Amino acid sequence: MPLMDFGEALNLALAEEMRRDPRVYCIGEDIVLGVPFGVTKGLAEEFGLERVINAPISEAAIVGSSMGAALTGLVPVVDMHFADFVTCAMDEVVNQIAKSRYMFGGQVACPLTLRMPYGIGKSAGGHHSNSVEAWFVNTPGLKVCIPSTPADARGLLKTAIRDPDPVLVFEHRALYRVRGEVPAEETLVPLGSADVKRAGRDVTVIATARMVGEALLATEMLAEEGISAEVVDPRSLVPLDRATLAASVARTHRVVIAEEGPRRASVGAWLAWVVMEQSFDELDAPIARVAAPDVPIPFSPPMEAFVTAHAGQIVAAARELMK
Amino acid sequence: MTEAAGPDLLLQMYAAMLRVRRFEERARELYHAGRIPGFIHLSVGQEAVAVGACAALRHDDYLLSTHRGHGHLIAKGGSLRRLMAELYGKAAGCCKGKGGSMHIADTSVGYLGANGVLTSGCVLAPGVGLSIRMRGTDQVVAVLFGDGAANRGPFHEGVNLSALWRAPVVFLCENNAWASTTAQDLSTAGGSIAARAAGYGIPGVAVDGNDAVAVYAAVARAVARARAGEGPSLIEAKTVRWLGHHEGDPQAYRPRSEVEDGRRRDPIARLRAHLEASALLDATHAARVAEGIEAEVEDAVAFAESSPLPEPEAALDDLLVHYPWSDR
Ligand SMILES: Cc1ncc(C[n+]2csc(CCOP(=O)(O)OP(=O)(O)O)c2C)c(N)n1
Repeated sequence: MPLMDFGEALNLALAEEMRRDPRVYCIGEDIVLGVPFGVTKGLAEEFGLERVINAPISEAAIVGSSMGAALTGLVPVVDMHFADFVTCAMDEVVNQIAKSRYMFGGQVACPLTLRMPYGIGKSAGGHHSNSVEAWFVNTPGLKVCIPSTPADARGLLKTAIRDPDPVLVFEHRALYRVRGEVPAEETLVPLGSADVKRAGRDVTVIATARMVGEALLATEMLAEEGISAEVVDPRSLVPLDRATLAASVARTHRVVIAEEGPRRASVGAWLAWVVMEQSFDELDAPIARVAAPDVPIPFSPPMEAFVTAHAGQIVAAARELMK
Repeated sequence: MTEAAGPDLLLQMYAAMLRVRRFEERARELYHAGRIPGFIHLSVGQEAVAVGACAALRHDDYLLSTHRGHGHLIAKGGSLRRLMAELYGKAAGCCKGKGGSMHIADTSVGYLGANGVLTSGCVLAPGVGLSIRMRGTDQVVAVLFGDGAANRGPFHEGVNLSALWRAPVVFLCENNAWASTTAQDLSTAGGSIAARAAGYGIPGVAVDGNDAVAVYAAVARAVARARAGEGPSLIEAKTVRWLGHHEGDPQAYRPRSEVEDGRRRDPIARLRAHLEASALLDATHAARVAEGIEAEVEDAVAFAESSPLPEPEAALDDLLVHYPWSDR
């Protein structure tokens, strides 16, 4: 299998989908040159400026116009530049796009993809670093996926583009340069298919995106203490693959949920309830959670590091559960 | 306040532009030396806008700023020490290291915040204006934003509301013709930002943003109008960004000649030539000014270098007022 980085895998997915379907186009700020993360680099050369559209700084119009296009037969892929800026198009995402099919009694479809570069790192500060996926998990009418590897990134983005509903793809900024194997042949990763990234016997770590890497690190550290941890990556949060979670809990009987976002009313809080609801009888210990404190992301490195969830916290949580 | 800048003001503006320039050139070196985390957007070449505008503002007037805001803060009279310390992420920075370059505020000089979210300042401005009126002072608020930012909705909402309320606001577009990698003619319909004022029934003027004196005159007129209770104005100051969008952007998308043209229109050299021609400045005086500024900047660097980083746990402070029974 060829090796490529997460960003290249996304670029490949975009190119493949644009070749396959002439209705697919990309829009966003500075995407012709692929600024700032390089994901859309080179696409304009192949597909032209009609299909790789540099938009004005007008988030509401970028997202709103994409909805208009999606309702009338096109398949837009919107680059949100930084997920934090989705707030500038929040009405379009949560009131217009998410509700269109439902409120109109199923008459319309809104097949668009929102690419959401997000996440903490490199002192980007409070307006560029947040994990905002919980907002959209809490918005009925949207699908939400969140890849952790290059192969998943390509497979999920392709599925998102082909999906008849609006799909948000959360791309962690710290993963863009992470390399991994990507199948030579075209592969789609279905929404609602969790992936067991490492098998284990004693504890299940449920983690997404950057936290999957931290969880895998944690499994190595735990292995040295004789604790065998399993890492389950849901890959899509809506729809959620409950069966894979249940099967894992039935094997390990202990759960740590690790996420990068703030702790309160978060994705992790919801996943903990899902596990409790479907696997209560399997649990040998209360569910443990690793998350950020409930503060915006600070700029200065020591404070930023302090609020960044990491492998050590997963290790500590798992160790505690094994007592 | 008159619209014609007198000799003292001209000399002050000259020194202020030099202070902004030297501070940012030093910040640039320090950034590339790995002393400043995150990313920084410099305004080298655009100094006349910040300085011309702030020369027309009083100390107690407000300023709302942008991601490219170091110069705005310095021109408003902000402490170089606290600014540099903030760029370093130090506890002594004006935001205790929580903000960084793009999210700086210094209320001690009325600087109500840079903004990492473009254009948001435009909707804060009418509210600041309303507060000024309700408190019965004669302050004004100036809000800076780029040409790219003028394409977001909050620009229109902020101008409309301010006009409706006749709020004491000066909308000042710092037009460097680029929004990151996107040229103005590919993103801004109608060509002129100033002309948009007509739709809201307020004055709209375009000025040479490389001419501090012209910026000063235009802003002074708008400020006088705002203080007199006649409402907002929109000023478009056309200038040139010499460097990349942010430090580390080689700006390969941009014709070299454009930057060279810009350098030929250096606002600092221009004011200096004017001062020399009017016999307000000679070589000795200029050298003294430059030396003084060099010392101020080095003092700020030394302060930032020598002050401690914040305690990691400080990340939990300053969020909300906590009651004993509330959880974090
Ligand atoms: C709402 C929002 N959208 C996008 C960005 C990303 N971004 C930061 S600066 C910039 C270009 C700004 O151009 P302009 O307003 O002309 O100001 P300049 O950088 O030229 O000073 C962009 C797109 C942002 N910070 N906020």
